[in-house]
Amino acid sequence: MMKSRLPLVLLACGSFNPITNMHMRLFELARDHLHQTGRYQVIEGIISPVSDNYGKRGLVSARHRIAMAQLALETSDWIRVDPWESEQEKWTETVKVLRHHYNESLRSLQFRKELMRKNWPIERATEDFLSSLDPVSPELKLLCGADILKTFSTPNLWKEEHIKEIVEKFGLVCISRAGSDPVQYISESELLTRFQHNIHLVTEWIQNEISATHIRHALCKGLSVKYLIPDSVISYIKHYNIYTEESERGK
Amino acid sequence: MEGGSCLTMHSITIQQPWTFTRKKIVGTFTQQLEVFGCDSEVLHLDLWLQGNHMENPDNKREVVLLACGSFNPITNMHLRLFELAKDYLHETGKYKVIKGIISPVGDAYKKKSLISANHRVTMAQLATESSDWVEVDDWESSQNEWLETLKVLRYHHQKLASSNPDNSLQSAVPLIKPGRKRKQEANRYIPVKKNQLSPETKGVPQLKLLCGADILESFGIPNLWKLEDITEIVANHGLVCITRAGNNAQKFIYESDTLWQHKNNIHLVEEWITNDISSTKIRRALRRGQSVRYLVPDAVRAYIEKHNLYSPESEDRNAGVILAPLQKYARGCKQEQTL
Repeated sequence: MMKSRLPLVLLACGSFNPITNMHMRLFELARDHLHQTGRYQVIEGIISPVSDNYGKRGLVSARHRIAMAQLALETSDWIRVDPWESEQEKWTETVKVLRHHYNESLRSLQFRKELMRKNWPIERATEDFLSSLDPVSPELKLLCGADILKTFSTPNLWKEEHIKEIVEKFGLVCISRAGSDPVQYISESELLTRFQHNIHLVTEWIQNEISATHIRHALCKGLSVKYLIPDSVISYIKHYNIYTEESERGK
Repeated sequence: MEGGSCLTMHSITIQQPWTFTRKKIVGTFTQQLEVFGCDSEVLHLDLWLQGNHMENPDNKREVVLLACGSFNPITNMHLRLFELAKDYLHETGKYKVIKGIISPVGDAYKKKSLISANHRVTMAQLATESSDWVEVDDWESSQNEWLETLKVLRYHHQKLASSNPDNSLQSAVPLIKPGRKRKQEANRYIPVKKNQLSPETKGVPQLKLLCGADILESFGIPNLWKLEDITEIVANHGLVCITRAGNNAQKFIYESDTLWQHKNNIHLVEEWITNDISSTKIRRALRRGQSVRYLVPDAVRAYIEKHNLYSPESEDRNAGVILAPLQKYARGCKQEQTL
């Protein structure tokens, strides 16, 4: 019997200030990689921009960052932007964002299960049969650059129990550029080594490093960013005059 | 050039068209000419314009960028080259980029994995639909034989010269003809045969070859380029070369006498993002069923999918066939030419 693939959702957290072609590329790379393992079916990608309270210099209003991400993702049939994190009053730790989205997917799963039960005639509704029909709850994994692994060892940046929950309960999909060696970050950490089966390393062979910082600087100087971020996002930025010397200096 | 003195021209108000030939220069102009130390009968157009630039800051030199290549397929990186070059030239304050031309190579180039020019031209057109200044030209790709880059440059230069309505320069053709040995001088002069040069006339736009550093360095590959072609390209037209780490390209120019002589006409533009979206990698990803979204324009991606353009079979096209320029030059050219 064919082993069916596990449904999987990818979640990316970050400033998205602004969203770039590279951010979206990470999703495509991750999906291709996971599909190639034969074990997963990536059903959704979620972009979760950080809230304004993160306090990073040059961070423009979440309203804009969400709008730009929406414009960028208009042509994608599987990636969407979720405003929940940006709507929270305080900054939310990554693990909490993961928990939230996992609970959300469970809730919608429950809803779908109820629907399915209603549709099946009672004689056939044995528990076993229904279980085999029941959609499996999708796994939720954090999509990120491999340098995140390195930051796990920075003192006081992450809570140890959070790192454990992220790699144990959820899992990571880490994209790194060709030539770098993320495996060493894993081997240097006992915790990461223990859960390495849940850390998927993906190599980006087609380098396309579009730093959002560079994008903002270019926009401030009136330089072109066409073909680095979607045209619709460029129009939006121009229309609202979002990235300026002032916005870069921050509050 | 003893730069200071020639720039005093800017203080003269130009009311009427004047003549440039030495014999007809009157009064103060004769003085100016002597200061230039000009031997020939023509004035360097650039110097005149430079002077003019000081007086009229809007009177920038118009530039058209021409990119030749396989575009197999066109990628976001190709398109970026244009944007980077335009920004760079504008920032010098001396140029105004008015047009970009993508000229895909013809099928006769015989490069391995090169698919039909029709598709490559169409994809480039789809890719540039959203651009208000970059366009695709299929003249080169519709020729039956492979054409040297210089010929493509000359063709477009002629086209620009003849379509310029204000331009009454009789000859916009570069001076050097193939096969003629000439002493190479820095800053090639453009002959001004007719005398109407009013202040409104900006002259024929400069046509510059836009390329990546790999093209620049390919000048050194034996039998790929003719030395006289390279010379004419850098002397009469100029290069805008996008590089990642400027050093290799700079070194390459330094090590070549020809390139060094015309280094003022070779603009090195550093790319500030690491953009390695090569067509080869795109084709590889497509063969492996991997996504190329966000690396090529969406319309191009959709077109490739619709026509199933790239496969292991398409990659094997022209396998074993010698590249057209190598075929052409290797036949006749046995002597070593030093770049």
